[in-house]
Amino acid sequence: MSAHAHEHAIDHHDDHGHHHKETFITKYIFSQDHKMISKQYLITGLFMGIIGIAMSILFRMQLAWPEEPFTIFEIFLGKWAEGGVMDPSVYLALVTIHGTIMVFFVLTAGLSGTFSNLLIPLQIGARDMASGFLNMVSYWLFFLSSVIMVLSLFVEAGPASAGWTIYPPLSALPQAIPGSGAGMTLWLVSMAIFIASSLLGSLNYIVTVINLRTKGMSMTRLPLTIWAFFVTAIIGVVSFPVLLSAALMLIMDRSFGTSFFLSDIYIAGEVLHNQGGSPVLFEHLFWFLGHPEVYIVLLPALGITSEVIATNSRKPIFGYRAMVASILAIAFLSTIVWGHHMFISGMNPFLGSVFTFTTLLIAIPSAVKAFNYITTLWKGNLQFNPGMLFSIGLVSTFITGGLTGIILGDSALDINVHDTYFVVAHFHLVMGISALYGLFAGVYHWFPKMFEGRMMNKNLGYVHFWVTAIGAYGVFFPMHFVGLAGLPRRYYTNTNFPYFDDLADVNVVMTIFAIVTAAVQLVFLYNFFYSMFYGKRGAKNPWNSNTLEWTAEMKHIHGNWDGPIPHVYRWAYDYSKLNKDETDYVIPGQDFIPQTLPLQDNEEELNH
Amino acid sequence: MTAFLVILVLVLFGVTVWQMNKIFQMSKPKSSSDAVEVATDADNRINGKLMLGFVLFIYVLTIISFWKWGDVLLPISASEHGLETDQLMLISMIIIFIVGIITQWLLHYFAYRYAGKKGQKAVFYADNDKLEFIWTIIPVVVLAGLIIYGLFTWTDIMNVDVEEEDPLVVELYAYQFDWRARYGGEDNTLGKANVRLIEGVNQLGVDMSDPNGQDDVVVNELHLPVGRKVLFKMRSQDVLHSAYMPHFRAQMNCVPGMITQFAFTPNMTTADMRQNDEVIEKVRTINEIRRENSEDLIAKGEEGLEPYEFDFLLLCNKICGTNHYNMQMKIIVESEEEYEAWLAEQPTMAKAMEQ
Repeated sequence: MSAHAHEHAIDHHDDHGHHHKETFITKYIFSQDHKMISKQYLITGLFMGIIGIAMSILFRMQLAWPEEPFTIFEIFLGKWAEGGVMDPSVYLALVTIHGTIMVFFVLTAGLSGTFSNLLIPLQIGARDMASGFLNMVSYWLFFLSSVIMVLSLFVEAGPASAGWTIYPPLSALPQAIPGSGAGMTLWLVSMAIFIASSLLGSLNYIVTVINLRTKGMSMTRLPLTIWAFFVTAIIGVVSFPVLLSAALMLIMDRSFGTSFFLSDIYIAGEVLHNQGGSPVLFEHLFWFLGHPEVYIVLLPALGITSEVIATNSRKPIFGYRAMVASILAIAFLSTIVWGHHMFISGMNPFLGSVFTFTTLLIAIPSAVKAFNYITTLWKGNLQFNPGMLFSIGLVSTFITGGLTGIILGDSALDINVHDTYFVVAHFHLVMGISALYGLFAGVYHWFPKMFEGRMMNKNLGYVHFWVTAIGAYGVFFPMHFVGLAGLPRRYYTNTNFPYFDDLADVNVVMTIFAIVTAAVQLVFLYNFFYSMFYGKRGAKNPWNSNTLEWTAEMKHIHGNWDGPIPHVYRWAYDYSKLNKDETDYVIPGQDFIPQTLPLQDNEEELNH
Repeated sequence: MTAFLVILVLVLFGVTVWQMNKIFQMSKPKSSSDAVEVATDADNRINGKLMLGFVLFIYVLTIISFWKWGDVLLPISASEHGLETDQLMLISMIIIFIVGIITQWLLHYFAYRYAGKKGQKAVFYADNDKLEFIWTIIPVVVLAGLIIYGLFTWTDIMNVDVEEEDPLVVELYAYQFDWRARYGGEDNTLGKANVRLIEGVNQLGVDMSDPNGQDDVVVNELHLPVGRKVLFKMRSQDVLHSAYMPHFRAQMNCVPGMITQFAFTPNMTTADMRQNDEVIEKVRTINEIRRENSEDLIAKGEEGLEPYEFDFLLLCNKICGTNHYNMQMKIIVESEEEYEAWLAEQPTMAKAMEQ
């Protein structure tokens, strides 16, 4: 298939879509077409998301009504919830797998995998990814890792249950917790495959953005979505291999008797031979990926938001260059802040000081981005399509969650809120909910691009957004109070001793909000699958957008454009630009100028 | 109560499903002319108003949360450095709330104010270096202040001058799923220890050939004299644990294979704390809840609950296994004399080994 890349580069295949037959298998299963692969990523991601969110409902119910047996527990958890009473170890398994699935399988692969694949070729003007084959391998490795992760739920002793951060020795010793047996092995295998998938995908994205931009598409004319995906891929390539090394060393500690992370351990009545390893080393390696991972999850969402907000405000994104600079600054800083997860790990306190400094620095580009979004709304002509609502929702949760980061990033304050529900509230708002909103914004906005012009129902979209928006704050805002009350996270119940008894009703409130929020996601799923087959077909460019993907053929063909690839003459954000005399828009009666339109006589050239 | 809540959830869920069904009905296409599913002026108007409503919802939620759950927060710090960090916390919180309230307002108000209408022209406003500069420099200044304040506080807490302050040395020893504390005894020096020496009564693996270890005292209830600096040395026997003492604003992980440390000076005794207004209020609330639960239990023929009395706690705050949620130890802060008297009653390692 490398011949394809060559053809793309010289671009003389006007009849691209027609010259080879597609079978069911090559079209829908082992497809090398980026549009199909993006749909595969999205649907796999949604499926994993259903599992992840369902798990969160189970453990939220346990937290709200700790003494109450629920038949639903027995239905889903079987022998781990006999008589409907959840077993403490399966509670830990649920939080572990919920975290793993949501962070990696939904928000990394489901979000970045879907939209990088869909939008990079379409928005830079390329016929496909640099390597369609690697792209296909990347998806199928992701699929394989998802299957293994789901299979791990069914092993005898239970799935991994040492927390999604899998700190050894807990994750290394089956004597310490049942989930650290076969379940943990499968977790590690699944993640190793996932990392391979992520690396193949990321390398492909980087190469495509660098090499396959159409004529006129300079880096400073790229839509912010592409900037975000590009930089995300770079962060992934820099940091994921470190997690792989941590996973490999953990596998060796578990199976081959090495002592990378283990030392001086007496467990189950005997002393282990391990000597000289350090769990703190694992924490360093894990968070060297783990923190950039937050931005791997978040940056694509911010990129999507930038594009959706500008389009629906009918205004250029405010401060394009500042936005690009912020993405780059966030990317750079994200790789040197990991120690803020380890202030009280026993690491040298001076290192803590350094990490406090770098961590609070990262608030600056983040603040710039938030202010720029708000200014983009100012004096706009806002079109509240569902994608726009989710984008504004993202800015809101990004601000709320980001602000509490100032507390957690400050080592002196972190001492007392570390590992409490305050942290849980913080990261769910700033990366969980925000990134999910980014995912939803992207799905609503580019659904017509994915499914050949079919539109999702907007009224269902509105219901989905408003219930989710209220529910998400209803779950996570009160959670800050629980954290500030001093309740540690990952407690199976907080009623085993009296001190936290007064948290009973706040726990119930959070759980009710969680159940309602989860239930309304069914509206989204219905809307998604219904519209996929029966959605009304809209216009070719339904949101009146400037970017290149809307010039591509509505019907999916291999190669995206039937004719030659369009050339680009301007940036992506010429919305509501006026002509020289300021009497009308540059194109009379049309408030947007597609990137493919050359500079007109009646307009001023601006440097953005 | 719980049954009521379960029913409430089921009812809410039912309502949700029913509403969803209604929505589906409404969403069925009525005519094919309106085929586009793109926001109309009417949609913009409604959603714009909802945006304004949403920012008010955020404010109301904040107020309700403070009103309803303001009293679950931790009471006043019982350690000296905790008063400092609480001060820093307060300042950070005030800044956060000011910034949050303003930016959320602007975001949602603009959404409401500039909701799309036919004929409304958006302003082509792509750049303004001055504005960008202002909102880069303001966070820089504010954060620089917070960083400097935070780092001074952090350094004060973490740097312990053993020579000058002569702290009481106490080992906190974590294992699945309990705690032990070891005092240095008369010489205030802990004897060497290693998991390889664990045997019988010598649960902490104290090296009995080390003279410093002979007078060590191992207990399962932590007693601290008020007003004296305590230097904790943390060890773990099996997996990671974290020694979390929320009332003292203190926490440090316990790492197998290494000794970590944290120091603070308790400035309130347990008795003082029980007299604190916030604590009295909190205990009263908890006891009310316990009384209700107790009545339920008695009605079922089970044993009722004891009334609760406040005590400082040491909690495990790093996932450590199945019983993580119940790994705790009572901390008692008392006067120097009471502490000395208590310590004198405890057997030393040498004595314990003889038995």
